[in-house]
Amino acid sequence: MPDTTATDPRCRPQPPHKGLPAEPYDVEIVREDFPILKRLVHERPGRLGKPLVYLDNAASAQKPRAVIDAMTRCMALEYSNVHRGVHYLSQQTTDAYEAVRDKVRMLLNAGSREEIVFTRNATESFNLVAATWGRKFLGPGDEIVLSVLEHHANIVPWQLLQAERGFAIRVIPCDDRGALDLDAYAALLGPKTRLVSVTHGSNVLGTVTPAAEIVRLAHDRGIPVMIDGSQAVPHMPVDVQALGADFYAFTGHKLYGPTGIGVLYGRKALLESMPPYQGGGDMIAAVSFSGTSYREPPYRFEAGTPPIIEGIGLGAAIDYVRTLGLANVGAHEHTLLERAANRLADIDGVRLIGTAPGKAAIVSFVIDGIHPHDIGMLADQMGVALRVGRHCAEPLMERFGLEATCRASFGLYNTIAEADALVDAVQAVKEFFR
Amino acid sequence: MVQDPFGDLRDLYQEVILDHGKHPRNHRHPPDASHEARGDNPLCGDRITVYMRLSDDGIIEDVAFEGRGCAISTASASLMTEVIKGKSEAEARALFECFHDMCTKEDADPHAHGPVDEDALDRLAVLAGVREFPVRVKCATLAWHTLAAAMTGGLKASTE
Repeated sequence: MPDTTATDPRCRPQPPHKGLPAEPYDVEIVREDFPILKRLVHERPGRLGKPLVYLDNAASAQKPRAVIDAMTRCMALEYSNVHRGVHYLSQQTTDAYEAVRDKVRMLLNAGSREEIVFTRNATESFNLVAATWGRKFLGPGDEIVLSVLEHHANIVPWQLLQAERGFAIRVIPCDDRGALDLDAYAALLGPKTRLVSVTHGSNVLGTVTPAAEIVRLAHDRGIPVMIDGSQAVPHMPVDVQALGADFYAFTGHKLYGPTGIGVLYGRKALLESMPPYQGGGDMIAAVSFSGTSYREPPYRFEAGTPPIIEGIGLGAAIDYVRTLGLANVGAHEHTLLERAANRLADIDGVRLIGTAPGKAAIVSFVIDGIHPHDIGMLADQMGVALRVGRHCAEPLMERFGLEATCRASFGLYNTIAEADALVDAVQAVKEFFR
Repeated sequence: MVQDPFGDLRDLYQEVILDHGKHPRNHRHPPDASHEARGDNPLCGDRITVYMRLSDDGIIEDVAFEGRGCAISTASASLMTEVIKGKSEAEARALFECFHDMCTKEDADPHAHGPVDEDALDRLAVLAGVREFPVRVKCATLAWHTLAAAMTGGLKASTE
């Protein structure tokens, strides 16, 4: 990955490793790139608005001006359908859209651009693999291995297929900190195991899983592994070849890009072995009523007009985060996590859910005697946007014996002052319910 | 002067609601319940079970609930058990209709669903503040929907 951080004004040169480490980048300058961060919430006549403290990044991230402008420019000046026109604009749009595939390849360090399939979101990436690879290769007597940390997007597509194909689903447990139990995992792998599909980062707890180790153990037995990178790609450099991943999914909107576009990375040999996902234009080689043949990957899996404008937006988002440097982003977010987690843990009655080492910047917590829904609503009155509920991960909630949690999730534009605003809000909520 | 950060929410989280939320009435599992149903609001993670004992002539002789949700849903369940005990099934349904209107409409007509216990409706009026917060309407009405489910199909023998 070329290092462009040195030339970016947001990034200061790293000091020699003596004394205190300097901030990797100037978050105040980064914030200037996000128009929405200037707005107030709950503003109306007779009431001053509150500055937005957006701590719901694990649900969806805000968009930098670069993404907004790229999408606007595409629609205003460079728009046409792709892959089919002989005219000037169609070629220009096709080139721009296909260039995004190269950007994704670089972002993930995939071996080739043909291994990058565009989808609507990570959920669709899972559904695609279940419906094509899964339907072809899974049957009665087979087993797949998921983990208790999974988002419903990596559970339900398999259950839908399970009803049809009759394989079994085994689940890797986690310990009380939210770390996966690798011994239990190793014991689950057996001659019937056909696939392991696990998250790279828990959307509820922030646990970063040892994905490379998970892959290694599976590959020792010749089992392919799919990884949900939705909560990893926005926060750390990801290298699918170093991980050894066979499939890797993420979504654009959590990476500061638009909704409506996601990615499925698949190893070439696997993609080539898979039947089409949906039928339609663009995915065919030749069509006749006596039989139709399909294109090579990735186009085989991209039926119909793709999300062109969203793709252009994703490309701009990738340029943006790579310019900042995802290692810098992760380091910055880590300081926010430490601040928020340490201060919240000091508040009487607050319990952190998920304390595995090496976490991504997500803090889930509960307060004795106060329901998360009430906490979220009151915090919102102070401008602090949190997610409350079960976070599309009900098995994990059950594992921890909880109906719901409050979740604060940090992004590259959040500040220490915002981590403190979260703590202030929690204290005020406690006071309110005293 | 410092602005009360929760000023807008004082109408919603009135003292009565905070009290019932913290100390819900009839929060128990009656062993002689004839009907029960479970209610679930996955959005915020509320789960409750409503139990009732209906007499042969359709009077709600006892009603209680288990499970905890947010302050609004817990307080609503608690208040519900207090106001419907001793009422007929039809009276409870009419009260639910009126309460639902109150939670969703600005100028709800308390007589729109036939005769109704106006004192009971007055007690439930503390929850009318949810009108201003559409995502909370489900919290306030969860217990009532669950009660209706218990009355309709929640014969204990048939649910287990």
